[in-house]
Amino acid sequence: MEKRVTFGKWTIGILFAVPQLLLIFTFFYWPAGQAVYWSLTLQQPWGGGNIWVGLDNFRSILSNADYWNSITASLVFAGISTGLAMFIALVLAALTDRQLAGSRLYRVVLIWPYGIAAPALAMAFRFILAPEAGFMAVVNRVWPGFWDPGLDGADAMASIIVAFSWKYVGYNFIFFLAAFQAIPRSLIEAAAMDGSGVIRRFWDVQFPLITPTIFFLLVINITESFQDSFGIVDIMTAGGPANATNLMVYKIYSDGFKGLDYSGAAAQSIILMLLIIVLTIFQFRFIERRVHYR
Amino acid sequence: MVERTPFLNFFTHLILFIGFIFCIAPFVVVVIAASHNLKDVNDVPMSLLPGSDFWVNIKTAWTTADLGPKLLNSFIMATGVAAGKVIVSALTAFSIVYFRYPGRMLIFWLIFITLMLPLEVRIVPTYAVVANVLEPYQAILDLTGISWLIEKVSGVQVQLSLGLLNSYSGLILPLVATATGTFLYRQFFLTVPDELTEAARMDGAGALRFFIDILLPLSRNNMAALGTIMFLWAWNQYLWPLLITTDQSHAMAVTELKQLIPNVGGIPEWHIAMAGTLIVMLPPLIVVVLMQRWFVRGLIATEK
Repeated sequence: MEKRVTFGKWTIGILFAVPQLLLIFTFFYWPAGQAVYWSLTLQQPWGGGNIWVGLDNFRSILSNADYWNSITASLVFAGISTGLAMFIALVLAALTDRQLAGSRLYRVVLIWPYGIAAPALAMAFRFILAPEAGFMAVVNRVWPGFWDPGLDGADAMASIIVAFSWKYVGYNFIFFLAAFQAIPRSLIEAAAMDGSGVIRRFWDVQFPLITPTIFFLLVINITESFQDSFGIVDIMTAGGPANATNLMVYKIYSDGFKGLDYSGAAAQSIILMLLIIVLTIFQFRFIERRVHYR
Repeated sequence: MVERTPFLNFFTHLILFIGFIFCIAPFVVVVIAASHNLKDVNDVPMSLLPGSDFWVNIKTAWTTADLGPKLLNSFIMATGVAAGKVIVSALTAFSIVYFRYPGRMLIFWLIFITLMLPLEVRIVPTYAVVANVLEPYQAILDLTGISWLIEKVSGVQVQLSLGLLNSYSGLILPLVATATGTFLYRQFFLTVPDELTEAARMDGAGALRFFIDILLPLSRNNMAALGTIMFLWAWNQYLWPLLITTDQSHAMAVTELKQLIPNVGGIPEWHIAMAGTLIVMLPPLIVVVLMQRWFVRGLIATEK
């Protein structure tokens, strides 16, 4: 879509774009390029510039069991938390959309969690899920040793999944509800006239119409689970126990800033960037075209 | 509601109510835990009746993590990011939509690509840039031979250096350098009728005047939505402030929470930790509650 009427002096026009161009050059393109450069070189410990090592950084990363462990942990985290957050949100949104008495209240309250900073909610869940105080302690009283995120990797993973999903249920809920409400009422009423019940209408009318939203949220949730998980991991588990929750962004942070291995961290960044770019392209090219019912 | 479905209605209410409880419970637990004393908070099971130490705990958390200045820092940073986004993206969108010049589509795509890679992913090199923001320009001068030329001619060695670690600009600028707002404005500007532009031009308004007197007032809704969403986003940033602010005087409220994690030895001071958590989560919660309409609108508009 283009404007028919524009302003003549295009030199002024470019000036308007300059602030943003400077910002994205300095803080986006340069660092991104730098990451590529670092990932292909090795910094000499005594200074004196970088030496070219080709793909060696990638080779050493990809042959490192810790890194594969981090990828597996990230994928498990992304898969379960996305599934959980989206399923719960879908159910709640579908039910809220029935607009029974009180649905306004749910519309207001259910989005609160999304406003909370990941570290703050992580702190709250760290207490709620703590083995010695809080609420899981009650379970531990009944079955001693049942729950301890500080020692058991699976428990730690479960804790960060619960915290992340809690936040993103609210986020997904907003989008699902908007999608449901965009469906014309007449469609639902016509289906009801033809004798279909509530469940039938959900599967045959509403669900197909919101598939674009489902795929959109799928991609957003997965990418967010890579980024927004950092605060949760840092507060709740710090990557432990025994690297069970050492997700990719957390590993980049600890390798790069604690281990001071810039080249290794840069190589990991590149791999993560590629992963996210593939997901985004997938969203824009594939999903936007295939899933279109209108 | 199109037909009578008493059973289903009952289940709808039931499930929504359970969802409501799960959504609200963590908030309630935080408030109750923050009101207990050390002994009560570590009781198993913890009493769900509020204790009487609420204000004492809030005060302790406030002083332990030094939250006053930290909240102010968070506020400055979040406001800075929101304002920066609202202004910079409006300028860029205006340039892209209302002018024709060579390279316009290139600029559009350059900005579009930034949507793909969030800050968390390119954190290491961005940190290096912020340590000396003029480094890219120094490198360009070196590579093009300009600095060599200057040194030959004037004898001055070009050494550009400006560190932004531990500064508000270092915190704010990289967070502004993304594309989210630009596309929100672009979509909106495209719906502004051409007749309006024609009329303005006929009355002798130039580009700048049209932008300030007509386009910006029309975009007030967009600005509110974008501002709200960006304020929350910036307030909730964690990794970036954690890296940039090694100096306590620039630390953020959210990063300061880490100070309050109870240590493993001794009896954990969860009541203080929860009081601190409550203080840190309250400002964004208030924004969400008060600005709900803009929040929802901004969320849906910036992502699509």
